[in-house]
Amino acid sequence: MQEALQQHELPAASAVPRKRGRAIVITSGKGGVGKTTTTANTGVALAATGATVVLVDADVGLRNLDIVMGLEARIRHHVLDVLEGVSTLDEALVTDKRVPTLRLLAAAQTREKDDVDTTAFRDLIGSLRDRFDYVLIDCPAGIEKGFTNAIVAADEAIIVCTPEISAVRDADRVVGLLGEDRTIKLIVNRLRPALVRKGKMLSVEDVNGILRLPLLGVIEDAPDVIVSTNKGEPVALDAASPVGESYRQIAQRITGTLTTPPEIPREKSFFEKFFGSLR
Amino acid sequence: MFDFIQRFFGKPASSATAKERLRLVLLSDHLSLAPDVVEALKHDLIEVISRYVDVDAANCDVSFEQQDKQVAMLANIPILAMRSRPSPPAAPPPAAPPPPAREPDPAPPPSLDLGGATASVTAEPQTAANVAPGRPAAKPAAQNGGSRKRRRKRPGATALPSAG
Repeated sequence: MQEALQQHELPAASAVPRKRGRAIVITSGKGGVGKTTTTANTGVALAATGATVVLVDADVGLRNLDIVMGLEARIRHHVLDVLEGVSTLDEALVTDKRVPTLRLLAAAQTREKDDVDTTAFRDLIGSLRDRFDYVLIDCPAGIEKGFTNAIVAADEAIIVCTPEISAVRDADRVVGLLGEDRTIKLIVNRLRPALVRKGKMLSVEDVNGILRLPLLGVIEDAPDVIVSTNKGEPVALDAASPVGESYRQIAQRITGTLTTPPEIPREKSFFEKFFGSLR
Repeated sequence: MFDFIQRFFGKPASSATAKERLRLVLLSDHLSLAPDVVEALKHDLIEVISRYVDVDAANCDVSFEQQDKQVAMLANIPILAMRSRPSPPAAPPPAAPPPPAREPDPAPPPSLDLGGATASVTAEPQTAANVAPGRPAAKPAAQNGGSRKRRRKRPGATALPSAG
């Protein structure tokens, strides 16, 4: 009874209805495996489903999510401005050019990770959860304070791992550091099916045979991603791109509308390659 | 081995190497032991067992397996024959474990004293420890009665001396 009442009342309760959004940290341990690209594309794809999404760049000192999103020219304030009261949260949230339900909170570029107070950052994520359906936190590489801050308020984590021994080892370490209380899922990034077939690259099964995490998606190492990053246009919005489709499916698995296991990209046939090159 | 796989399945070359290297490095990461220490552990384990029984050293397999959050050690050590002579180091008699098993008996308090006292007598640990807690009888003479029913066949008391 009470629940029904609450549900009914929620939308009309106030101008800014309180949500309890999901805080998801995108992390990997190792650098350069595609955390930022994954955050950008997953966020865009989630927001494109109609959900309200905020992307938080926790990589203070090495801000990059803004440029991958193509929003670098719009940044006026950043996380530390908000935490230190230089700006309000609303002033610092940048609205995406393409998807109106998507916001970005940029990292400070000229500061250090140690400048971020862990408790204050946790509270900030908490208040973002009150306003958005999804809070995606782009975690810095490493396992030092930047990592600690990024994971502190997240109760879900997405591990991004490439099929390389160094990435798998670091991912394994990070899984241990994330602890038992967080839901952890895996995205295998930059898979090259042709190399896997030839036995020259670890397969998704090899990687997840070690990490043993629920698989959220597999992203092929495709030129689309590089091209879209060059332009600052997340590939998830490219309806014609198979990689974009992979990201859209990841978003659907996060929202729960898609429950089938992820497809493992297969090697393209000669004709597919031929016609693909004409695109 | 890799050549074999490669020839028959047209598969693994470097990815199999990567997988094996990864498996080993994660093992030592999880155990917080250096890879050579893990090897030494395996070696010593087999050596200790072969002190008691003849093992098929060529076909011993000691491996570590990641089971969710834990690491388990799995040893498959084929035994060829039981050794006819006793092992060199006279291990402390394995009689210590049985006594605690008797404790759940609804023993009346008076015997507690006795139990504490006898347990410290190391010369005859088996009989002494075995009897004390179990028997409610006030007299220490009740030893025989106490051990009669419940005493298990203790390998430490029988097997070892007779084998020697």
